Amino acid sequence: MTTETPSGLRAEAVRVPQSGLATEARATAVVWRREMIRFVKDRARILSSLAQPLLFLFVLGTGLGSLLNEGQGGGGPGTVAFTTFLFPGVMAISVLFTAAFAGISIVWDREFGFLREMLVAPVSTASILLGKALGGATVATLQCLVLLALAGLVGVPYDPLMLLAMIGLIFLMGLMITALGLLLAARVRQVQSAMPLVQLVITPLMFLSGALFPLSGLPTWLAVLTHVNPMTYAVEPLRSVVFDHLDVDAATRARFDPGITWGSWPVPVGVQILITVASCVLLLGLAVWRFRRTE
Amino acid sequence: MDDTPAVAVHGLVKRYGEVEAVRGIDLEVARGETFGFLGPNGAGKSTTINILCTLVAPTAGEARVVGLDAVRDRAAVRRRIGLVFQDPTLDGPMSGEQNLRFHQELYGVDRRRAPARREEVLRTVGLWERRADPVTTYSGGMRRRLEIARGLLHSPQVLFLDEPTIGLDPQTRSSIWAYLAELHRSEEITVFVTTHYMDEAEHCDRIAIMNEGRIVALDTPDALKAQVGADRVTITTDDDEAALRALRAEFGLEGAVREGALTVRVPDGAGFVPRLFARLAVGIRSVTVTRPSLDDVFLAHTGTTIRDAEAGAGGSMHPMAVRMRGR
Repeated sequence: MTTETPSGLRAEAVRVPQSGLATEARATAVVWRREMIRFVKDRARILSSLAQPLLFLFVLGTGLGSLLNEGQGGGGPGTVAFTTFLFPGVMAISVLFTAAFAGISIVWDREFGFLREMLVAPVSTASILLGKALGGATVATLQCLVLLALAGLVGVPYDPLMLLAMIGLIFLMGLMITALGLLLAARVRQVQSAMPLVQLVITPLMFLSGALFPLSGLPTWLAVLTHVNPMTYAVEPLRSVVFDHLDVDAATRARFDPGITWGSWPVPVGVQILITVASCVLLLGLAVWRFRRTE
Repeated sequence: MDDTPAVAVHGLVKRYGEVEAVRGIDLEVARGETFGFLGPNGAGKSTTINILCTLVAPTAGEARVVGLDAVRDRAAVRRRIGLVFQDPTLDGPMSGEQNLRFHQELYGVDRRRAPARREEVLRTVGLWERRADPVTTYSGGMRRRLEIARGLLHSPQVLFLDEPTIGLDPQTRSSIWAYLAELHRSEEITVFVTTHYMDEAEHCDRIAIMNEGRIVALDTPDALKAQVGADRVTITTDDDEAALRALRAEFGLEGAVREGALTVRVPDGAGFVPRLFARLAVGIRSVTVTRPSLDDVFLAHTGTTIRDAEAGAGGSMHPMAVRMRGR
């Protein structure tokens, strides 16, 4: 087709190549990099989002811990402090709020028009949203590194393998939650409507995930709600990794880290991770679908 | 050399429910032209430009950009066009240059040439010195210029600008046009620009006037004005009454005296002045020749002024209000 050949205009000018995987990957990478630039510039956001998990861990954890541990000979060999139990949960809460905010922040991009600049580019919407999701996951993981550094304060050893596994799981959880945030923000036109989303969706996800209490001996209604919450399947592997590296007896582990059971089947950690990966793909896919329909 | 039209539109229709925003328009823009798309708010200009930019699908008809179909070859069209929207689309916290780099990555511009190209476009719009500052520190006119620079980064063949001067003060508006003229020289690019300021049409090679979803006039600004007819020649004389009589006797023209000046309408005002001096016995103190404005053209073709047309197009949001939202 003759129109495909470059016209005589500025033969030496910079040409835009045909679409391809490399072009899509560059688009994803630059959207990710923008999230990094914003993260680095926004120090207030870094500090303020660390406050909440620290309060949970040291104030709530210590407060409730004194109550729980007294009758159990807390602190003795083979047992765990409540703050130790809470450590992976607080990690998850930090990821939940950071990543959800990163996803929902696309409402601001829409408000200030920059979303349009991204979506009219000759790349697919999926590449743009994937960049956003990876950005949110990276920011959430970077935040958690600060919390991970405090592991020793709550009796969690600095085991390199454990730390690596935790970072991987945290990143995966961040990806899932950012995708959820993007999905929630797909139809939101106004910044004011974004905050109620956090209250209505994100906060319940936190309470129903097993981040703050073990998932054993719960009444049926609560057990059902926690088992349909995708967040649960992202929190539990994290706790499992921590408990693998603690010196605890079987009774304590059964009490504080009972795992997830479907009926009488204990869901293996591998399956939990697969469920999280599937949730990532599903949520991101839905977000792409809704963005294509609305923009 | 490729002589496919930069823009070709045939029988284009766009309906939103009951509302027919574009009612069957035909249009061709040649390569290298600066084409102005004029009309009041709600005339269908933005809808047409959005169809050409592949952002809106037409209800009927065909829209081609550099020979490519705006519906079927979306991605190919997008790679060949630059866009400057009515609403701002910059990232405030990022610097001017970071915004440009983002765009280059998004459009897959060759990395080796990217920095040189950034410098080139930043210099064209006079923002090279301010490239490292966050966009939040830019004035409205600077932001517009940065968006124009960004629209040029991937060396598009057609640059679409939707109301690039709206909401800017007159001085900034004219500087934007100066930059557009400059890039037209340096880039040999086709520029397709909408505006509802009639005076800005003077900067275009050809213009189309749109009203209520239809193109009511399409030609060069001069030809359109010529269609409206007469120039206005205004003279001040020593004796207006004598001058009136002389005009009637010598040229068969009926003048009118208003506020101490005498006005006659003639087809070619500039050519008329020397004859006027030669044959009018009355002393002439000053002469002004006014060509018909595009406001007159709009009035002649639609029977209404731009202002009245906008007042009548109720329901369509005023672009100022749209821009305010983005601030």
